[in-house]
Amino acid sequence: MSAVPGGHDHYFVPEPSPYPILLAGAIFLLGLGAAFLVNSITLGWAPLAGGGGLVAYVLYRWFGRVIGETRAGAYGLQEDRAFRWGMMWFITSEVVFFASLFGVLFYERNIAIPWLASFSDAHSPLSTYAPWPTFHAAWPSGGPAGKPFATVSPWGIPALNTLILLSSGVTITWAHAGLRAGNRGRLGWGLALTILLGATFLVLQAREFAHAYGELGLTLSSGVYGATFFILTGFHGLHVTVGAIMLSAVLARAIKGDFTPQDHFGFEAASWYWHFVDVVWLMLFVFVYWL
Amino acid sequence: MSATEHTADSPPRGITRWLYATNHKDIGKMYLLFGIAMFLVGGLLAELIRAELLTPTMRVLSPEAYDQVITVHGLVMVFGALMPITAGLANYLIPIMVGAPDMALPRLNNWGFWLLPPAAILLVMPWGLKLIGIGSGTIDAGWTMYAPLSIQSGPGADFAFIAVLLLGLSSTMASINIIVTIINQRAPGMTMMKVPVFVWSWLITALLLIAVFPALMAGVIMLVGDRHFGTHFFSAAGGGDPVLWEHIFWFFGHPEVYILLLPTAGIMPHILATFARKPIYGYKAQVYSFCLIGVLSVVVWAHHMFTSGMPTAANIYFMLSTMAISVPVAVLFFCWFGTLWRGAMSFETPMLFALGYIVLFGIGGLTGLVLSDAAADQQYHNTYFLVAHFHYALFGGPIMGVIAGIYYYLPKVTGRMYSETIGRWHFWLCFIGFNVTFMPQFLLGVAGMPRRIPDYALQFSHLNMISSISAFVLGASQLLMVYNIVRCIRGEGERASDQVWTGARGLEFTLPSPPPFHTFQTPPVVN
Repeated sequence: MSAVPGGHDHYFVPEPSPYPILLAGAIFLLGLGAAFLVNSITLGWAPLAGGGGLVAYVLYRWFGRVIGETRAGAYGLQEDRAFRWGMMWFITSEVVFFASLFGVLFYERNIAIPWLASFSDAHSPLSTYAPWPTFHAAWPSGGPAGKPFATVSPWGIPALNTLILLSSGVTITWAHAGLRAGNRGRLGWGLALTILLGATFLVLQAREFAHAYGELGLTLSSGVYGATFFILTGFHGLHVTVGAIMLSAVLARAIKGDFTPQDHFGFEAASWYWHFVDVVWLMLFVFVYWL
Repeated sequence: MSATEHTADSPPRGITRWLYATNHKDIGKMYLLFGIAMFLVGGLLAELIRAELLTPTMRVLSPEAYDQVITVHGLVMVFGALMPITAGLANYLIPIMVGAPDMALPRLNNWGFWLLPPAAILLVMPWGLKLIGIGSGTIDAGWTMYAPLSIQSGPGADFAFIAVLLLGLSSTMASINIIVTIINQRAPGMTMMKVPVFVWSWLITALLLIAVFPALMAGVIMLVGDRHFGTHFFSAAGGGDPVLWEHIFWFFGHPEVYILLLPTAGIMPHILATFARKPIYGYKAQVYSFCLIGVLSVVVWAHHMFTSGMPTAANIYFMLSTMAISVPVAVLFFCWFGTLWRGAMSFETPMLFALGYIVLFGIGGLTGLVLSDAAADQQYHNTYFLVAHFHYALFGGPIMGVIAGIYYYLPKVTGRMYSETIGRWHFWLCFIGFNVTFMPQFLLGVAGMPRRIPDYALQFSHLNMISSISAFVLGASQLLMVYNIVRCIRGEGERASDQVWTGARGLEFTLPSPPPFHTFQTPPVVN
């Protein structure tokens, strides 16, 4: 019997598991509820709430199972590598998602708006077809039929939020160094600080949204500026929330005594995700708020 | 740990074997059966389209229902039939071909599969809702879901968009799993330049899926925003642009063509080599071609938009880059011919379908070159020429390819030989039926018959009638395959040997037919 590189004589193949199909069913309910609700069928709340609860329950049990298998020593180096590659490619798909949203921002700003405005140019042969002859290219723009709005200044809450997320990148690295050095205290405090910074970020971001809606007149329907602003910052905020939940789970495990200085992929996966969210924010700060 | 004891060669009993599956062969079989069932559903919708087009005037469907039927036909065939069938082949074959016990992430694998039936249900559910008075039926904006049509469309569109999100999640998870399996689970000695061509083709396919599907997911989220949340991504009133949707869709949609095509281009050399009784010609050339096709396919998308209104420079760039793709594709054809050259060929059903693939996909590719010319495309774009080209490229290519693959591996998977006579009948009816269905559509297109319109002028009657009658034959011939598959699953027919085909090579043909539940409990050593 030859050994798998990594010291296992046997490959690990998990037992049949109910969680995947349950999770798929839960997501079906979520989707069904959402499709009903956007079409004003209020009955949609039931599948939406049920699906949401089931997603949370299944994820809890599924990850719990994986953590149990980790503790029981079921995984060898090969499984560890599979998890690492898996997380890496998952983050890659997320990068593509955000890259598409940034692509939309660049397209609207640099192609769609100037093109629409080019019809208004009196010298253009197309000017007789101009649907909005007085529209001129500018950024920010709510489009030819948009209501006026003001934009969020980058040097208020956004700059502060940049500082907060960058510091959280430092604290999580500090926690990681603590874990590797066997310093459990630093691990716990570093994680707690990171989560606290993430939560502060989210609170400030929520205040900024309220400010935009309440005082600046900047809403989802403020033309392409409002649409791109809220879809980019909104999905980023969602990802910060998911990252903070991941880190909280990691903190709970750390308090229970999980992770060794050598073997702590759960921690690393969450921290990769956190760094990814951090980098997306830097792009957001530059391209959405600043430039 | 009990989990490690479960490597014994006994599948779990009962329905939970399938619902809770973590075994790559079981999940692969579910993908295949689901895909074939959806192939029949999509085929039935196609027959409805051809029934409407059999004669001029509206007889079978209302115009609204026609739009919905062509939309769902497209979505079901692409996402419900072809992708699951190729994913099923990947699941079944890749672990065996690289000498792994299973996929790298078996539970994730099952999740990826079980997201598909909910997506299919969401897609067709609006038809059911219409019966109880909710909405106007399912999405009717075409499988490309162009804005502003898809924004003005009824509630069925939201169900379709959410189905696309589920499909995207499913494909992303399946792709992650396949990439990790290929990178990480290869047996000792199985270097990347030794893995079978099929594995390489799926590696590129999975990378493409990860590179483009999230963009479509972002896109449908924006469509829902425009429909219900007051955003103006695709509306000029707010400074947006409907053409942006076309960019997003085709940034996904063009690579999608290669996502469907590459796995079958990967199976092709295996089948050709087996029945020509020669080794695969040009392994490295094919691998590099796959890589090049993968790279080029993400930078040519706007050749689908020559008539949408783009700057001339963009038209020229997309025209030339599209034509460049024919180079690596031609290399693949060259390697297939090289494999056949002076081989001791025999013509069993898989070989017939493989040769049919070369011919039909060849026609699809060459007519694609016609359409890639930005000037000529102005003439052909919204006509049946494009419909015919598309079906030569996607039925003639991937569908012929997966049918070849299904016949090739059916004896291995079930342990029984299918009926060769019925297989050959299937091929000839399918091959002739296909050509007689779609060849007239080239002529209709050149004569100016517009696509996507349920009625047509009288001068197009004869060719449409030929096309429709032949389409019924084409559709009915697929039932012969279903019969053959059912027969093998029921354990009728001769027992298949381990090698199945006298010329077959590769790890999968060193195993018993059917292979044990868990193939490799300890890794095989590859020299």
